[in-house]
Amino acid sequence: MAGSEILEQESSYLELCRTPVRFEEISSVNNVFFDEANKQVFAVRAGGAVGVVVRGLDEKQPISFRLEDKGEIKSIKLSPGNRIVAVQRSGKSVDFCNLMGEATEYSQECRGRNCYVLGFCWTSPNEIVFITDQGLELYQVQAEKRSVKLIKSMGTSFVNWFVFSSEGPTLLLSLTPLGNVLQPVLAKVGNLVKLTKFEVEVPVIPKPPRLCLTEPDVTTAVIYGQLYVVVLRHRVRTTPSQAGSEVWLYHLSRDGHTCKIHVLQLNSTGCFATNVVDNLVVIHHRASKTSMVFDIQLKKVSEGPVKLHQPVLPSLPICPFTIQPRAGASLGAGTAVTTCELYSTSWIVFRPDIIMDAGLGYLWSLRLRLPRIVATLPDRLQLVDFLLLRRDCRPVLLNVCSQLLSGGQAGGLAVVSLVFDKLNSVYKEWLEADKSDAAALDGGAGGRPPTPHKPVRSHAVVDQWEMYTSVLVPFAESKTISYKFVIAVLMEYIRSLTQFHIHAQHYLYELVINTLVRNNAFYQLHQLLQYHVLSDSKKLACLMLSLESFYPPAHQLALDMLKRLSTANDEIVEVLLSKGRVLAALRFVRASGGADIMSARKFLEAASHVGDSLLFFCVFKFFEQRNQRLRNSPHFNPGEHCEPFVEYFKKLFGEDDFTPLQ
Amino acid sequence: MDVLGAHSLVAFAVYNPRFGSNEGEEYKKLLYYYPEDVEINEKIKTIGLCEAIVQFSRTFSRQSPARALHTQKNRHHFYEAEEHFWMVMVVKNPVVMKENSEGKSVPEYQEDVLLDSVYNAVLRQTYTMFKLFKGTFGMAMEQGGVETLKRRLQEFFSRYLLTLRLEQCDLIDTLGGISFFPLDKMTYLKIQSFISMVEFSFAHIQFTAFLYNEQLVWSGLEQDDMRTLFKYLTTSLFPSTIEAELAGKESPIHVSFPGYSQHYGRFLLGPRSLTDPNSPLRVPKIHVYIGSRHSELHLIVYKALSAAVCFLVDATVVLTLDFFQRLDTLVGPQLTLLASDIAEQYSSNRKPASSEKDSQFKFIYFNHMNLAEKSTVHVRRAANPSLVTVPTELLHILGDINSDFASSVEDEEVTVKAMSDYWVVGKRSDQRELYVILNQKNANLIEVNEEVKKLCTTQFSNIFFLD
Repeated sequence: MAGSEILEQESSYLELCRTPVRFEEISSVNNVFFDEANKQVFAVRAGGAVGVVVRGLDEKQPISFRLEDKGEIKSIKLSPGNRIVAVQRSGKSVDFCNLMGEATEYSQECRGRNCYVLGFCWTSPNEIVFITDQGLELYQVQAEKRSVKLIKSMGTSFVNWFVFSSEGPTLLLSLTPLGNVLQPVLAKVGNLVKLTKFEVEVPVIPKPPRLCLTEPDVTTAVIYGQLYVVVLRHRVRTTPSQAGSEVWLYHLSRDGHTCKIHVLQLNSTGCFATNVVDNLVVIHHRASKTSMVFDIQLKKVSEGPVKLHQPVLPSLPICPFTIQPRAGASLGAGTAVTTCELYSTSWIVFRPDIIMDAGLGYLWSLRLRLPRIVATLPDRLQLVDFLLLRRDCRPVLLNVCSQLLSGGQAGGLAVVSLVFDKLNSVYKEWLEADKSDAAALDGGAGGRPPTPHKPVRSHAVVDQWEMYTSVLVPFAESKTISYKFVIAVLMEYIRSLTQFHIHAQHYLYELVINTLVRNNAFYQLHQLLQYHVLSDSKKLACLMLSLESFYPPAHQLALDMLKRLSTANDEIVEVLLSKGRVLAALRFVRASGGADIMSARKFLEAASHVGDSLLFFCVFKFFEQRNQRLRNSPHFNPGEHCEPFVEYFKKLFGEDDFTPLQ
Repeated sequence: MDVLGAHSLVAFAVYNPRFGSNEGEEYKKLLYYYPEDVEINEKIKTIGLCEAIVQFSRTFSRQSPARALHTQKNRHHFYEAEEHFWMVMVVKNPVVMKENSEGKSVPEYQEDVLLDSVYNAVLRQTYTMFKLFKGTFGMAMEQGGVETLKRRLQEFFSRYLLTLRLEQCDLIDTLGGISFFPLDKMTYLKIQSFISMVEFSFAHIQFTAFLYNEQLVWSGLEQDDMRTLFKYLTTSLFPSTIEAELAGKESPIHVSFPGYSQHYGRFLLGPRSLTDPNSPLRVPKIHVYIGSRHSELHLIVYKALSAAVCFLVDATVVLTLDFFQRLDTLVGPQLTLLASDIAEQYSSNRKPASSEKDSQFKFIYFNHMNLAEKSTVHVRRAANPSLVTVPTELLHILGDINSDFASSVEDEEVTVKAMSDYWVVGKRSDQRELYVILNQKNANLIEVNEEVKKLCTTQFSNIFFLD
């Protein structure tokens, strides 16, 4: 038992952040509130009279202020920008207080007769919406004048409860006696817009009607950039074979249309809470003290328009968290460091990734430990699919590739090949986006405006250079792996790049060549070059030239490559001259049309080194003819620095032969 | 010209002069002799003559003694395959019957028709073929002495010599090249991927060679071994299986197990049946050299449509029917798919063949560096291994030009006007040789030169080939 617990801890892939926000725990004198929109926790002592301390995940310094104690506080929220605090103490009004300047409160009563304020939310730094049981009221708060002005009100049928999301910002109102008709409202600046309402199915309609859908079971979440309404559907099951509870995701599209498209199957019942971490839906289950992880882009079975999901990872508990004693707190015996109780009843879970323990006075954000997942998900293809959708996944992906390559060869190559394809598919998408963005910027001056932002390079993009430096080079240099496997993997990578029409860089080819050369597999190298699998470049040609002493045909391969490049004629001449093939070089230059501008000195020098006087004679006469043709004189210009060769010619053949040809 | 007797094999022998240096023991020198039913004295006479010629010519050139002896009726070709082990091949000159002054028809031997370079190459190749299937002479001596060597020589040559088509040998045999199948990068990488996949799924497979349309695509073997294996596959194995296919002995569509997708794969060298455990297994062993290390391997050949793959498995591994079944299940569907991919790509890339151009010029290209060979002079099809599309006298000219090239180191170009309307051009640039046959009425040298240049720019633009 203890052993398996340790194992679970080791493989836990969810953790509470190391630097939680600590606040004064809930007590008879201290009340705690949390504002999900601003992710701020409020510790209110004695109704605010002793002090209010606001701490946030984003704020470095706590904000503290005092309020007059005018009764029990039901809700307290700071405006975005932390300039105004709004406090609700009664069902009729909301009080305001500026944090800067005069601390006198001002108040606003709701307009509707006989209506009751369910709550409020800030929709902009100076706009606030009151949610009453009869509708919505949008107010503008003018802090300087300490006045509040109604901008818009919207009546609805009786509102049971509401949910607010700062994405939009969007309000969700629960209507009808069953509470299962949800009315989304978009709170734009200075305006409220009703979107199409939708109904959450209720399995059994009770008689007489009573509230079937309650506030704790409905939240909103942003997943993969889309706003979803997350509805927890409890099921009571008497045998394990019955279906467990489910989470339904309703997509709230930007055109105002809402539909149910994802069903997360929890396979258990009981008390659940939802977080969203890195686009994963994490469902905490209190009874089993484990968390389930769903990815709406993976592991899905379509059932009509709805996609059914199973957890993508095995359900495991969150990593244990140790509590440091509060500085200055009286140290009881053995209470120096304690393990925090996970999934405790004093936990409250907020979106997207907040977990608060009001009893302990801790506020954490939930984190994903990607490296741990590598061990949790044995199927490498599923793992790569999963990782590709995560933030900061690149180092982990590279690590997974390295592991995959070093992990032996049996059947591994097929997986390696598919993994490369997955990575390069993402890589290609990014290259394309980058390209079309550049094109849009170029064409931006005319017609349509350029895209406002450059496409952000996703963390999942593993480019050739990273693959080369982090994975392929260490792999190729490993002594324990057969070179044939190294070559097979490198060729797979190049194949995958080619398949996605990505131009493979020369360093990949160099790695192939060097690996083959180190193992004397010259014939195989020759075949690869023969089929132009290793793309031509001057660098590669130079590499081949350097291999000539080990493998003579490399010379021919290099020359062919230079020829195909068609921009390397100078190099070809140099290569031929260095081999003493002076006539071949001359013929080549003549054929490529550079005979009139080539340097006579270079050729004469090369010819004189060969030690074949007939060859020297031919080359010399060739240039005399050229001089004659160009300048009507067979003599060399002083600028050509050919005097030593004229002397050499005279020495070899005497003055008589020096008579220029006419 | 009326050719009566095509030139053919008169005798073939392997001997080692060290084995019977004492007088009266000359017969001990003899290791193999064809035809086998010849008098022993006749055999000793033949090898004695060769030994004497070689010994004599050594006086003039220690390094390279005589390689051939020309007589009125025959030609003798000598080759020292391994130290002190000599091979001799005697080929009959072609005969033409002519009427003499008395009106009688008498045979006249055509002494100049045979080319030494061709038959020396053929002789050398008989040795490499022996070495591929039986190992070296020295190895046989080590393993079981003279008797073992004699047995292996007899086993091999008694069958192999019958398959030599000496009448059809020409320049292409001298070059002994490998014909490569043209492919684009992506298809080539797919083939690489397929080969790696198979090699790492079956650890016993040490090397793989991939052929399409009887042309090489990939060889994991070294060049020299591949050259011999290629020769065996294209001149012996493929023709024999095509004949079998035509005779309807083997059904081309093969469904190995119910439930598996149908594919066109089958073993050319492997078990005759994948379901009957008692069916005969036809898997020859071959001897190859990796670096300087000798290894003996099973040669398994699998074919689907036009793609053929050689799997080389360590000879110490016992091949089971299960192994073949698993190989078939993995390779069959994939290779069928790959082969049809290649066919599609090939037919879409191929330019429409202009028959008019075809008749105008033909060429043979050879690259010494990778043994790549391309010939439009020969129509190589398994069913008919060497069909020549030009008059044989032109091939003779080609052979002569090749001999010229072999005796010099410089790049050169030779243009020959043949008896008929043909022009023959030979070019050498570094390690590459190109032979072009043009059939243009009343063409002059300049026009021929232009035509060849044109050919070079259209066919060989992506290699460094000097004009």
